[in-house]
Amino acid sequence: MQTANVNRLTPYLFMAPALIVMAVALMYPIGYMIYASFLNWNPSQRIGEAEWVGFSNYINLLQDDAFRESLWVTLKFAAIVVTLEMIIGVGLALLLDRNIRGMSVLRTIFILPMMIAPIVVGLMWRYMYHPTVGIFNRTLKSLGLEPIPWLSDGSWAFTSVIIADIWQWTPFIFILSLAALQSLPRSALEASRIDGATPWQQVIYIKLPLMMPVLIVTLLLRLIDAFKVLEVILVMTNGGPGLSTEILSLRINRTAAEFRELGEAAAMSNYLLILLLLLTVAMYLYNKAVEARAARLRAAAGGDA
Amino acid sequence: MSDKTYDRQNPAFYALLVALVIMSAGPIVMMLMTSLKLNVDIMSDTAGLLFVPTIRNYETAMCNLLWYTPDHVQFCDKTFGRALINSLIIAITSTVLTLVIGCMAAYALVRFRFMGRDTVSLTTLLMRMVPPAVLLVPVFGIWTFQFQLDGTRVGIILVYVAMNLPFVIWILQSFIIQVPIQLEEAARMDGAGPFQVFFLVVLPIIKPGLAAASIFTFRVAWNEFLLANALADRNSRTVPVTIVNSLTEYDIDWGVIMATGMLLAVPPIIFTFIASRQIITGMTAGAVKG
Repeated sequence: MQTANVNRLTPYLFMAPALIVMAVALMYPIGYMIYASFLNWNPSQRIGEAEWVGFSNYINLLQDDAFRESLWVTLKFAAIVVTLEMIIGVGLALLLDRNIRGMSVLRTIFILPMMIAPIVVGLMWRYMYHPTVGIFNRTLKSLGLEPIPWLSDGSWAFTSVIIADIWQWTPFIFILSLAALQSLPRSALEASRIDGATPWQQVIYIKLPLMMPVLIVTLLLRLIDAFKVLEVILVMTNGGPGLSTEILSLRINRTAAEFRELGEAAAMSNYLLILLLLLTVAMYLYNKAVEARAARLRAAAGGDA
Repeated sequence: MSDKTYDRQNPAFYALLVALVIMSAGPIVMMLMTSLKLNVDIMSDTAGLLFVPTIRNYETAMCNLLWYTPDHVQFCDKTFGRALINSLIIAITSTVLTLVIGCMAAYALVRFRFMGRDTVSLTTLLMRMVPPAVLLVPVFGIWTFQFQLDGTRVGIILVYVAMNLPFVIWILQSFIIQVPIQLEEAARMDGAGPFQVFFLVVLPIIKPGLAAASIFTFRVAWNEFLLANALADRNSRTVPVTIVNSLTEYDIDWGVIMATGMLLAVPPIIFTFIASRQIITGMTAGAVKG
């Protein structure tokens, strides 16, 4: 009797710590944030003392030029970065999908940029972009060219931030596409080769279509992460000059820490969350659709046999 | 068998490989070199690869942790040394806690199946989506006013454990599913209780999964800046926070700051070289199955 009870309780005992921690430190804060977004609240007040203002934080934000600018910067940054990274990453994977010595060492080196702290990545790039001691301007100078205001001019700063992000995250796409390529069915490639397909035709008609499910998931994952970038830009430009590199995450941080408008920062967080939720739902539905299709195909194949 | 034979490639291909390696490792090597230079060498026009390496910058950064007093340090700034200790404590504790709690939950989910795998993968996905910036306001408010945990290491550890749990549960689940149930039944026949079965039979088998999960957790806890910045006070600051604080607009001491950056980068780099296979497994699994 005693043991039977213990056995029935075991799963709950095993689950309990995880559920409690996540409820207290994840679910509760997110609910709290949604509540706070309807308040006019500054950090010196307790939340109970803050005034209820309904949707006015959300409406104010939509009319706020700085917020709209920052939203536009975020969208532009994510779109450019993810497009370029996908092209370079998938291209490199197609190029390097060969049987060569030392591939594992190469992959190890490629994942280094993703593993080290974003703060450090920002630091390295800020040093390299430095107007006088940085390697880029030094090289330009030794070639007799004009130095470039990498981080001190708005549009250059935006470009510089994009370059740093491409350096950091292209390997992610490369590694995933390489994994996808290496799991492709050899028979399809073999068959196409016998039918006389050129390498280009193989890439366009066989490899890319077969990789597509993984590529789309990779794209969405990367897109979600691109909206979360914060530290690298914080260290490199801190959003400046002006608002040229102030992405939403940075703006949330500034609204909370500098302007001390916690309610507005919460409303901003909610906008960002809604954006990301849409992306995530798209990804989940896509996964489900792919699974359903695979199941149908299997069933059809089973029926034939 | 294909491991032994390699295709011959043309030279342009190798040139491309070399260029890629230089591009991805170059900035890191440059940081290492800068951290070994004196400020005179950093500023001088001719400087490049020719300089006398020195560990002075590291001595300055870690002056209060050394057993001797370096004579070039006139004033010992204890900030970094303290932050390094904080970072180590916070990252290690939260990794251990996340793994223990996450393992148990993953095991319960697989073996007792009272919640579908779909629920877990959906939660993981949703949690992966939440940016730390979104947690900033609520975590600051709750930790300060309700839990009274602001400025303590415990508070920071709690957020990190919660942030990492979904991913850890999810990845361990995929490893636990592969453990043959017969093994556990045999152990139970021999009189082992559920906890014994878990700790003595299951855990040793899923070691590779534990390695992958612990590297990912450690990396997040070690590298995280935003929440630590909001929660920590002078005594509980972590390394990323001190690095950002010491970055002023002008007159940055590049040698010392690169040395601190290098110290922050070293543990993840070591893990990458030891366990790149597990990391890649974790990364691909995370994307391919969503």
